[in-house]
Amino acid sequence: MRVYADNAATTAMSQTAIDAMLPYFQTVYGNPSSLHSVGQEAKEALDAARATVAKCLGCEPREIIFTSGGSEADNQAILSAARYGARKNKKHIISTAFEHHAVLHTLQKLEREGFEVTYLDVKQGHTVSARQVAEAIRPDTCLVTVMYANNEIGSVLPIAQIGAICKEAGVPFHTDAVQAVGHLHINVKEQNIDMLSLSGHKFHGPKGVGALYVRRGFPLVNVIEGGAQERGKRAGTENMAGICGMAAALEESCRNMDKNMAHVAALRDKLINGLSQIPHSALNGDPHNRLPGNVSFCFEGIEGESLLLLLDAHGICASSGSACTSGSLDPSHVLLAIGRIHDVAHGSLRLSLSEYNTDEEIDHILKVVPEVVAYLRGISPVWRDLQTGKRQYIL
Amino acid sequence: MALYSEKVMDHFMHPRNVGVIENADGVGEVGNAKCGDIMKIYLKIDNDVIADVKFETFGCGSAIASSSMATEMIKGKSIHEAMALTNKAVAEALDGLPAHKLHCSVLAEEAIKNALKDYYDRNGLPYDAKDFPDCEHCAHCQ
Repeated sequence: MRVYADNAATTAMSQTAIDAMLPYFQTVYGNPSSLHSVGQEAKEALDAARATVAKCLGCEPREIIFTSGGSEADNQAILSAARYGARKNKKHIISTAFEHHAVLHTLQKLEREGFEVTYLDVKQGHTVSARQVAEAIRPDTCLVTVMYANNEIGSVLPIAQIGAICKEAGVPFHTDAVQAVGHLHINVKEQNIDMLSLSGHKFHGPKGVGALYVRRGFPLVNVIEGGAQERGKRAGTENMAGICGMAAALEESCRNMDKNMAHVAALRDKLINGLSQIPHSALNGDPHNRLPGNVSFCFEGIEGESLLLLLDAHGICASSGSACTSGSLDPSHVLLAIGRIHDVAHGSLRLSLSEYNTDEEIDHILKVVPEVVAYLRGISPVWRDLQTGKRQYIL
Repeated sequence: MALYSEKVMDHFMHPRNVGVIENADGVGEVGNAKCGDIMKIYLKIDNDVIADVKFETFGCGSAIASSSMATEMIKGKSIHEAMALTNKAVAEALDGLPAHKLHCSVLAEEAIKNALKDYYDRNGLPYDAKDFPDCEHCAHCQ
């Protein structure tokens, strides 16, 4: 049995999305900037895709900029707000300690340029409160950028409340909603969101395409200079197949959202309940306000990469925040930010589900994970020390 | 190409010499939990020969495979041969490790040396301290 439980990394494409893409490889191959009929056919499809994405977010089509993905959208949103702020001598940004690197590294770049960034603490409840945001706002704050939902631990943040606070304070509000779009009900107007980043491949659309919603009138700066595509805000001939595939996938996800949410959250809860039985383990992330598909645990006494390899050998595709899987020497900054110390952060496991997962697959995971954890603990000198009292349990 | 060679996967999936030797003649432990890998080597030594060797490892796939391979390479060998085992030899015997995993083979070499040092210390045997370098040449935990 092969179980794909790494949907936060990427999803399998839906047949709807694949079907929506094919014409743009075969028949509608025109450049939407061309005046002739082949080009205009593509232009119509591009407009339709933009309208679809806008409808799913509750905004106007002209407020959607298509990008190469979530990272580009994050970069553009943050840099735009920073440049706009700097013109008014506002160089303070509020964010959180557990943002995606697309946000964090952009903020670090700005810090080197003289911006000051407040990273809100996420230890309390593995989330941030709207109050934390309110208390951090200063007269020189030019941007609040807070993720909609965390990719590793699944916490869903109080975006509407944060949006209301930002609106009242007159501070632009960006949210990296890559993990939320297509999975949670979003309305950028009702939630007072000024900018929102999304990525096509997180909701069964294609990779290499995303979008930035930007409230009408907010001054964007270009990340990619060139032609006049995307109202001059993002140069480069449009990725037609990608854009149309993403729009189709998003429309399908939004149409089926309530049904998918109920199904996926039930699988998630079954998994969380089952894995919680493993001794000396801990759930990461907000247990209540949580992405429907996210399950994240730390298991004491083992290391995540060996866990992933053994799970893969049993047909289970998952991910971990251990150093060995991150390619760096430190475990995930998200796990460290919520207060997991290195020793246990290395033993993390993320299972992220989609509506394609089944009850039988969850049973398989629940059978295999406890066995593999027990096996690895059995050969671990750390576990021996914990059991013999030479080392104190953390979890 | 897969992350690891077939040899690494074989030793990871079917590690040799896993376990503990009660009343071992030498025990060595290197690494730390903060870095995400700890290796512990137990030696049974008869007449200067590694009569038995066991290991326990907390770590990634290549750490477990390196421990397994290293123990196989010294089992039945003289303590002098065991002292001469290099991380390079362990990595080569595994048909190579990815560059960022080479420190796992370093840990294996050091765990064995650490266990041998423990054996020398317990038996009051003379040795040259420079044969037992600290982890300095490995930047992993710094």
